[in-house]
Amino acid sequence: MAKIDVSVETNDQPTPPPSHPNTCPSCHSHYRDDELEKSQWVCEQCGHHFPMRARARIASLADPGSFAEEATELHSADPLGFFDLRPYTERLAQAEMETGLADAMVIGRAAIEKRQCELAVMDFAFMGGSMGSVVGEKFSRACDSAAEAKMPLVAVTSSGGARMQEGILALMQLPKTVAAVEDLHDSGQALLCVMAHPTTGGVLASFATLGDIVLAEPNALMSFAGPRVVQEITKEKLPDDFGRAEQNLRYGQIDAIVPRPELRPTLSRLLRLFDAPN
Amino acid sequence: MPPTEHELRLRERLGRLRNLPLLGGARISGELERLQRQIERIGEEATDEEIWRKVELARDEDRPYTLDYVERLFDDWFELHGDRALGDDGAMIAGLGKLDGRTVVLVGQQKGRDVHERASRRFGMPNPEGYRKAWHAMELADRHGFPVVTLVDTPGAYPGVFAEQHGQGAAIARSQSIMARLKVPIVACVIGEGGSGGAIAIALADRVLMQENAIYSVISPEGCAAILWRDAGQKKKAAAAFRPDAVHCRELGVIDEVVSEPVGGAHIDPDLAARLLGQALRESLAELDGIPGDDLRRRRRARFRSLGVFA
Ligand SMILES: [Zn+2]
Repeated sequence: MAKIDVSVETNDQPTPPPSHPNTCPSCHSHYRDDELEKSQWVCEQCGHHFPMRARARIASLADPGSFAEEATELHSADPLGFFDLRPYTERLAQAEMETGLADAMVIGRAAIEKRQCELAVMDFAFMGGSMGSVVGEKFSRACDSAAEAKMPLVAVTSSGGARMQEGILALMQLPKTVAAVEDLHDSGQALLCVMAHPTTGGVLASFATLGDIVLAEPNALMSFAGPRVVQEITKEKLPDDFGRAEQNLRYGQIDAIVPRPELRPTLSRLLRLFDAPN
Repeated sequence: MPPTEHELRLRERLGRLRNLPLLGGARISGELERLQRQIERIGEEATDEEIWRKVELARDEDRPYTLDYVERLFDDWFELHGDRALGDDGAMIAGLGKLDGRTVVLVGQQKGRDVHERASRRFGMPNPEGYRKAWHAMELADRHGFPVVTLVDTPGAYPGVFAEQHGQGAAIARSQSIMARLKVPIVACVIGEGGSGGAIAIALADRVLMQENAIYSVISPEGCAAILWRDAGQKKKAAAAFRPDAVHCRELGVIDEVVSEPVGGAHIDPDLAARLLGQALRESLAELDGIPGDDLRRRRRARFRSLGVFA
């Protein structure tokens, strides 16, 4: 038993890295940066959804110039003085340098087709989108901000799970974000969740699945333990779409799969539906 | 006596902690006071070898499990088997019983004692049905004003094909969401392994206790070693790095109280272990008595929303 890893942290990478990040792993079409930006990082040949960075996601959803970022001052600390093969502080500094982000979530006020909402967007490029104290706190503040301003919260997730380097405090971000969602629910405001590839472990097992509406991008992996661990434990041959959005839809775990180009109009429609009649 | 290397490391860590703005709840409850207590506790804190010993004790096959405590602490015990949807998950126990003449609802994972039982209870790793069974019992408690006691003892939620297809992640989230809504007192105690999401699913409580030799962690030491050290054999190093022991969890404000065990561990004298646990549960329930449901719920959410450390 001791060898079984059933933690909320998984090793699952978004997709086996192709020879070049701009090469489609499924049909091998190659794109220039500007082409991908124009197509919202969706392969025009086969529909593959490339990983989308938080800033690009916000730009694709929010009305131009409408996004006002919040909680920019929050940075991860190192409460455990955690050191594995490298110190956590070094991993953080590298992630910050490589992504230009302070941590794996960006929050702020935005308008989507003129409807005001709060946005909370994760970025897998920052330490695998792992959830530590900063992600938990930012999500929690986004809930409060939405409740205070009486507008819905739209959360876009992409995460490998809890951030191991913060130990038990990382696990505590699950109940923390859940409690924040409950406060948001009590305020009468809606939570709209969009799961992008991959949403696994602790993020799946907390706020991501608690939306009033739960959407997913095509082929996004949404699995608690991840296929690698399940395969190791069960020794079963897993179905091809194991843990993918399509399987989750079939089993009634989510409300709809929305291809990226349709996400903005879909969210806009949902924001209209949740808008209280005045 | 000069400070040991271990103590120096702790002092340095505490120094770092002291320079960080702790989150809201910590500010409310007196951040400085807490740090002062942490410094006083340095002497109590476990060394790397002691931490590994606790991992072993927490997983000891003779350690009392949930039903061993139920048998010793509750009168008129009546087990609830149904999740009202799909099946009876042996990895999760739920039921009603009398604790000091008062009806309480108990929820807890159950590992198995022999080979057959271990398999049928999946070593205490619940499926979504297990969490649904827990929701059902907790919602029953809320309707009737019964306090809820949860005993946490799981390596984690079961990573199975069926479990994943039936929404393991969502089941864990929903379980926490229900606990965040209850208006009755909830006391949780980690009695063995508090393994990640599978554990927190039933631990969003007003008071969180932990037995002296229990562990509570975001990932197993083996899992952490496999991912960060790329070698599961480095499990002792991993455990020492994230320190899943009770004293450390209390230092971080994750748990409220450490429950004593008989010398050598709970398995040495299960009757005494049960008396000590019973005493701690009674005291915690008494502290929560008479607090209006809305206040309980608000404070419970605030407690968890305050957890985290950042710069
Ligand atoms: Zn393609």
